[in-house]
Amino acid sequence: MSLLVAENLTKYFGGVRAVDDVSFEVNEGEVFTIVGPNGAGKSTIFNLISRFYDTSNGKIVMDGKDITRIRPDEVITHGIARTFQNIELFDHSTVLANLLVGRHSRRRSNILQSLLFLPSVRAEERQHRLAVEEVIEFLDLHAYRDKMIAGLPYGVRKVVEIGRALACGPKLLLLDEPASGLSVEETQDVAYWIEDMQKDMGLTILMVEHDMSLVNQVSSRVMAMADGKTIATGSPAEVQAHPKVIEAYLGIEEAA
Amino acid sequence: MRFQQKTAYDDDINLYEDRYQAFWYIALVGVAAALPFLVSSYFLGEVVNVLILAIAGMGLMVLAGHTGQASLGHAAFLACGAYMEAWLNNKGVPFLISFPVAGLFAGVVGVLIAIPALKMSGIYLAIATLAVGIVAEDVIVLLEPYTGGIGGTFVNAINLFGVEIDRYANPSAFYWLCLGVAVVVALGYANLLRSATGRAFVAIRDSEVSARAMGINIARTKMMAFFLSCFVTGLSGALMAHFLGAFNYEAFLITVSIQLLLMIVVGGMGSIHGAFFGAMVIGFLPQIITLIRQQVSMTAVPGLDTGVFAVILVAIIIIEPLGLYGQWIKTRIWWQLFPMARRDMFRRQKSYLKTERMR
Repeated sequence: MSLLVAENLTKYFGGVRAVDDVSFEVNEGEVFTIVGPNGAGKSTIFNLISRFYDTSNGKIVMDGKDITRIRPDEVITHGIARTFQNIELFDHSTVLANLLVGRHSRRRSNILQSLLFLPSVRAEERQHRLAVEEVIEFLDLHAYRDKMIAGLPYGVRKVVEIGRALACGPKLLLLDEPASGLSVEETQDVAYWIEDMQKDMGLTILMVEHDMSLVNQVSSRVMAMADGKTIATGSPAEVQAHPKVIEAYLGIEEAA
Repeated sequence: MRFQQKTAYDDDINLYEDRYQAFWYIALVGVAAALPFLVSSYFLGEVVNVLILAIAGMGLMVLAGHTGQASLGHAAFLACGAYMEAWLNNKGVPFLISFPVAGLFAGVVGVLIAIPALKMSGIYLAIATLAVGIVAEDVIVLLEPYTGGIGGTFVNAINLFGVEIDRYANPSAFYWLCLGVAVVVALGYANLLRSATGRAFVAIRDSEVSARAMGINIARTKMMAFFLSCFVTGLSGALMAHFLGAFNYEAFLITVSIQLLLMIVVGGMGSIHGAFFGAMVIGFLPQIITLIRQQVSMTAVPGLDTGVFAVILVAIIIIEPLGLYGQWIKTRIWWQLFPMARRDMFRRQKSYLKTERMR
């Protein structure tokens, strides 16, 4: 069953067709990866799903509900959480505080209750903390819990971002280049976590990634894009062998 | 060297780190409450001034320090609170009603100004709020029927549960009133910071994009920050009205706005302590400079005191971007780790908050 359906997704920036009539379905419980050269429109698709951009044409359906015109802050309430290609954490807060912001969509108390810090607010804070501790346990972030983001190494920040997206308990996780800038070992960790999230937590994952070893290892299906268009969809091996994909990455061989 | 062992989530939720810290905060409030018996009424007046500044500082801190929205026109909201309090006071409205109404009025004006301000950030927002501050001076003069125009207005003593509270006739009572308001505001502020709304404010300051992705309604949350900020500043303005007794637009010039911003930057952006530290510097330092000058029996050179004051402030900002609060934290950690602290321990943390950056 498909969790996320994108129909004829199109986005123009002035005269540029960043995404041109792209349709795909992400099935429940799979890892769906979008690959493609720079400027293919992968990140634009992410920003369309997150509603940071308005779609010029087409439709996005999440879990049977049309989310094409909702507010960006409502996206997470439909069970979609995301990470960013260039880390977007809250630099002057601790790892713990960052992860707690991930729980924002689950808050129940209003501002007046917060100002008075009623017992119900305390009980809620404990619950959020418990949920966040599960994420910390899963991603092995214990050592960094009370550390400021500003002082953390790149690899750890990348993991904290995944953690923050996980904290709200999403159904669909959008990972924007989770392995970019990571060492081989760190990339391997990310691969294991993606497998665990898919198999143990039952999450569906939509990922943009350049690292083909990671893509091959975790992806159920791959969609290749070039110049805003889909050029191939299928298993990782199928897509890599597709002549159009080879053409997009390497160019056409000149006739001798 | 003391080491804190956390054993429950509540250790992170509580307002204090451990029992020692709780004890010191209670002791501090205790000493503050006993102050009228310990110092002269002149000095008490100075402390009241600092408390009122600190309340306004907390108001601005919510907005500039925690939500990252710089405001260079906050004296306008101080004026909203002060004039509303004076107007209601002269109409015979009891303080218990006029005081919150003065705050609410400033808060509502703040939200109205926030609506166009939502589209702006960084230096552009600073310029827009600066304009608000400048226009406010003229608006006060123009609204003569309510504000008394250039001649100004005055307030009567507060009557609270039959007790006459006046700065001159009953300085201790007025001091306790200001202290009470400062403590309540500080507690509410601390509660806010440890709940979802406070975290949302900080999230907007550090990364609007990901705050939005985490489900934070940016427009609504910024409006909330503007409201709370202006509400608290308005309360401070109402107290200021009673502190001044009689005042006109000159109490709310643009320099006052700049002084408020300067105060929280020197005190330490992004901390409640910072508002109090900053208020103490702004309130006491000029007096201390004058005292020292008199001690070394120098004659008053025009501008000298102000010049020394300015140099000290610039020095604080250069040496410690996180203000006096940053220095306070370092000193505390140094003592906690004694004798294990190293000199380069904090080198990595020298960073500015986004509010001060030009985006």
